[in-house]
Amino acid sequence: MSKQQAIPMIFSQVKQVNWPTLNQFLSATALPIVGIVIFLGLWSLMAKNIDTSLGNFPGPAAVWQQTKVLVDEHNAQMEKAEKFYLRQEERNAARLAKDPSYQPKIRAFTGAPTFLQQIWTSLYTVMVGFIVASFLAIPLGIVCGLSKNSYTAINPLIQLFKPVSPLAWLPLVTMVVSAVYVSDDPMFSKSFITSAVTVSLCCLWPTLINTAVGVSSIDQDLLNVSKVLRLNALSHVIKIVLPSSIPAIFTGLRLSLGIGWMVLIAAEMLAQNPGLGKFVWDEFQNGSSESLARIMVAVLTIGVIGFALDRLMLMLQRKVSWDKSAVLR
Amino acid sequence: MSSHHLELTQVGIDFPTARGPFTALKDVNLKINKGEFISLIGHSGCGKSTVLNIVAGLYQSTTGGVILDNEEVNEPGPERAVVFQNHSLLPWLSAYKNVELAVKQTPNGRSKQEIKEWVEHNLELVHMSHAIDKLPAEISGGMKQRVGIARALAMEPKVLLMDEPFGALDALTRAHLQDSVMEIHAQLGNTVIMITHDVDEAVLLSDRIVMMTNGPAATIGEILPIELSRPRNRIQLADNPQYNHYRHEVLKFLYEKQRKVESVVSTKKDKDAALSLTSKGSNAA
Repeated sequence: MSKQQAIPMIFSQVKQVNWPTLNQFLSATALPIVGIVIFLGLWSLMAKNIDTSLGNFPGPAAVWQQTKVLVDEHNAQMEKAEKFYLRQEERNAARLAKDPSYQPKIRAFTGAPTFLQQIWTSLYTVMVGFIVASFLAIPLGIVCGLSKNSYTAINPLIQLFKPVSPLAWLPLVTMVVSAVYVSDDPMFSKSFITSAVTVSLCCLWPTLINTAVGVSSIDQDLLNVSKVLRLNALSHVIKIVLPSSIPAIFTGLRLSLGIGWMVLIAAEMLAQNPGLGKFVWDEFQNGSSESLARIMVAVLTIGVIGFALDRLMLMLQRKVSWDKSAVLR
Repeated sequence: MSSHHLELTQVGIDFPTARGPFTALKDVNLKINKGEFISLIGHSGCGKSTVLNIVAGLYQSTTGGVILDNEEVNEPGPERAVVFQNHSLLPWLSAYKNVELAVKQTPNGRSKQEIKEWVEHNLELVHMSHAIDKLPAEISGGMKQRVGIARALAMEPKVLLMDEPFGALDALTRAHLQDSVMEIHAQLGNTVIMITHDVDEAVLLSDRIVMMTNGPAATIGEILPIELSRPRNRIQLADNPQYNHYRHEVLKFLYEKQRKVESVVSTKKDKDAALSLTSKGSNAA
């Protein structure tokens, strides 16, 4: 009898737990952690069983170890560079004291770029390429969306160049940049320009197409409003077209940035241009027992940065878009 | 040439289709006086909206033309403001900004302060002063339509064109808005052309009801002058024999003279048959 009574008691106690909050917590935090833990477990299990000519495939522990090593190497390199400049300054000061007419010279530090510096190079390159492409693609997309004729004129070119891997362009871009970008005191290195142009070439299309589709599918009623108000072309674009097509434009931008980031790594590997891709290739060629773990660090870094870039675009969209209630994912 | 304010002469329009031109309207003749409230009523698809869009300048008539104050209508403009069926407010602008955009586009050299006052005045006219900074998504359908009316009024149009302005609203909200429109019409004396499906609405608001025949080649069937004194009160009119007579007349036109009981499928067949006939005719010609 007492047992029978105890059961409803338990139920009533359970009911007092605030299920929605618990569920929310579970799904928002705990589930991703569960997924990651399972992944790490499988990874370390698999890694032990894969033997390569460079030793075991790195497990999570080895990769974490190399992450710390890479950061330490960066710090050591920075320290070296600092000392290098300090020595130069001291030397220059000493020579100036001896000979006041001496023109002091500062030589740049020429140590190999560290992992963190390669990350920065890649990030900088992808952003420049992406921004340049966006500044071309958005206005062109708007023109295509507004005028059926210009869309019909440009569409074959879009369809022709969209499926071309930017890596196929890479040799051409390299040669053209070498031939055209000639300067005694270049602001950017040639390798940077080559990489950035390659990124631009693949960032153009998704933004262009999505912008055109977004602009051409604006609500007819809003277009009529614009006509009745006799908005001129510029205010039509600013007041009606752009706000309407922001979601489509951002879809294109996010696709572009994602593809651009992937292509950049490949381009850097192929062209030996500085960046994360070169880091991966150098480690592969280096072939030490740590190489695989270091490459794995790069792989994860590339993933994290790609994810972060996408979130960044999403935040930007939230800031720019008028529709704060829209679910963005 | 004419003393009429707004004049539609022999207006007709053909739409190109895969099987030759489709004549939607033919020989629409209508003369409207300044300050008159005209309702266009007819079955769905009879071309009421097309008439309105031609007056608005959004469509170009194939034959005939529209003259407003001795000037031909060729393109849309703020002197023929439109209140759209589904409000068509810019969703990214607040009620105030939506009206302001219209005011700024109407050329009459107002100062900043005057623009602000005029926007606020028009929102007050439609009783929307309390939600001036709300986005369209944050207000109800009726309120959105009020802002839409304020936007149209703020352009100080010679003719106010309303395309089923209350079609998407519930009956109570619709009654409120009809009262508001009557009040505003009494106050400002705009010329109004309104499209409606609602017989009561047409009789209550209009000076004349223009009844349209069914398409294709729709035209004006009958014009019914409504000689009820203003201001009109919907409750008092409910028992008014004259009011009920007008209602009866409109209903008779719509459901006896212009019966449209076929199903959608057969209507389509008829239309297709008509189209093939016309295309055959043109081929023969």
